[in-house]
Amino acid sequence: MTAVLSIHRSGPLMSVQDDGRYGFRARGVSTSGAMDRDAHAIANALVGNDPGAAAIEFALMGGTFTTDRDVLVAVTGGRCAVDIAAKAVPTWESYLLKAGETLTIGPLRGAVWGYLAISGGITIPEVLGSRSTHLRTALGGLDGRVLSSGDILPLGETGELKPRMLGTPYLRGNAPIAVIPGPQDDYFEESAWKTFLRQPYRTTTSRDRMAMVLDGPALSAFKGHDIVSDATVVGSIQVPGSGKPIVLTADSQTTGGYPKIATVASFELARLAQLPAGRDFMFRKISADVAEELAIHAKDRLSAVIFGLTEK
Amino acid sequence: MPVTTRSCPRSSSRSGPETITEISYPRILRCGDSAIGIEFSDTVSEAANLKVLSLDASLADAPIDGILETIPTYRSLTVFYDPKIVRGAALGEQLLQRAARDAAAPDTGRPLEFPVFYGGEHQADLDEIAQLKNIAAADVIALHSSAEYRVYMIGFAPGFAYLGGLPEILHTPRLAVPRQRIEAGGIGIGGRQSSINSVPGPSGWRFIGRTPFKLFDPARTEAFLLRAGDRITFRSIDMEEARDLDAQVAAGTARLRELVR
Repeated sequence: MTAVLSIHRSGPLMSVQDDGRYGFRARGVSTSGAMDRDAHAIANALVGNDPGAAAIEFALMGGTFTTDRDVLVAVTGGRCAVDIAAKAVPTWESYLLKAGETLTIGPLRGAVWGYLAISGGITIPEVLGSRSTHLRTALGGLDGRVLSSGDILPLGETGELKPRMLGTPYLRGNAPIAVIPGPQDDYFEESAWKTFLRQPYRTTTSRDRMAMVLDGPALSAFKGHDIVSDATVVGSIQVPGSGKPIVLTADSQTTGGYPKIATVASFELARLAQLPAGRDFMFRKISADVAEELAIHAKDRLSAVIFGLTEK
Repeated sequence: MPVTTRSCPRSSSRSGPETITEISYPRILRCGDSAIGIEFSDTVSEAANLKVLSLDASLADAPIDGILETIPTYRSLTVFYDPKIVRGAALGEQLLQRAARDAAAPDTGRPLEFPVFYGGEHQADLDEIAQLKNIAAADVIALHSSAEYRVYMIGFAPGFAYLGGLPEILHTPRLAVPRQRIEAGGIGIGGRQSSINSVPGPSGWRFIGRTPFKLFDPARTEAFLLRAGDRITFRSIDMEEARDLDAQVAAGTARLRELVR
């Protein structure tokens, strides 16, 4: 019989996510997948799963869970209170959750997106090659929707239940967020670029899995705020007529009609997504060629962290 | 022929007075550290769109190592790549060479006929467009179903088709206030374009009818009915035929008619 995870209480934006749905962007399908890819991959690795396995993503608030079989669980993404059978355990480590014991995850502190990985992974059917939920088009996940209390999710076969912890630390700094100019960088004059790179921007509560609307000095596109729609990427910084930048995230549309002043470097997406609302930060400009080097380095670093996990 | 247009300095790295540079197409646009765009025009043109689709077809036939997937749009092709395998700078050069070599754009689109039940729940928009144009609703239907459209781009939502080729008299601005929900299959008019809605959702377009066919159904073997470049015509059907087709689509037996040229 298939083991299951039962959700007894859930935060507002909890969904099933894996490492994304690729190969269908030409057909208008967003990639989706975890907002913080590294935290998601590490959570999976901690419980012995493939780093891209389907896990539970939650926003700001965790929930209460049980399983009907002994499993390993790990919570990553940010710091929060985690209890197993009313006993506190740390995040970023895996623990044995015995059949019937209650796992409680509290609110995240200083972060926005949290991950709960369970050994065996969540084995709902794949849609277009992925189990990720795209909420706006109700694709994938559990009926394409957010999870709520009463939901039951199937789990895959679990391996040996050996709890693990990080051997190599996984740290993130507070440096300005690196962006690569373009593709519509030439829609913005020198003065707009100065504003963009020298003034702080602020995260707001206008955010979801599709986009983050930023607050800060307005950016004016002298060539206008409408373009003939072209492709967007995760990390595109669109500037609509309001002048307030919008950073596109995992569930964003594949095409868009606003000029994009710059693109957030792939290795900075998670750090930006994890900034709580009301936080000031700066952008810094790097070239695409340098960004490629740093992106490769970031992937190698994640591999090293996963390779360096140790049994407790 | 390269199209040229005026432009100002590209970024703060090029300071100085308002140097005017000419943009020549195609040109390469960097989109971060794992995507690159090749742009053929900054306006909507069939010629540019054919070049986009031609290059996309060429990359599908003879792939370049490191390319993961592409998004063809009206006027540009965005290429996603793995920087561990190929660097954007080198890939950009290869794309420009490929685009120059494959100048002749083959018309790869399939000619497809969509049955449309005009009016119905969208009668109000159909009547309003007729009123705006000072013609009869039957004329709107006749005009819309007599043109041939090209799928310029699939975007916005899974399978959503942006169609070029709307007769000029039917060009109509979008609604000031979008509607909260338009069902899949809705046939829309937005500005100079027509569209076929693929998933239910909000829309500011005006809708004049619906097709029973589903552009997107993830449970179907072929999840997507259309791809960029396809040529579309619409055939007006009555309510009875629409209901028959609804039943066939629900049973999975409906087949879209590919026209023989």
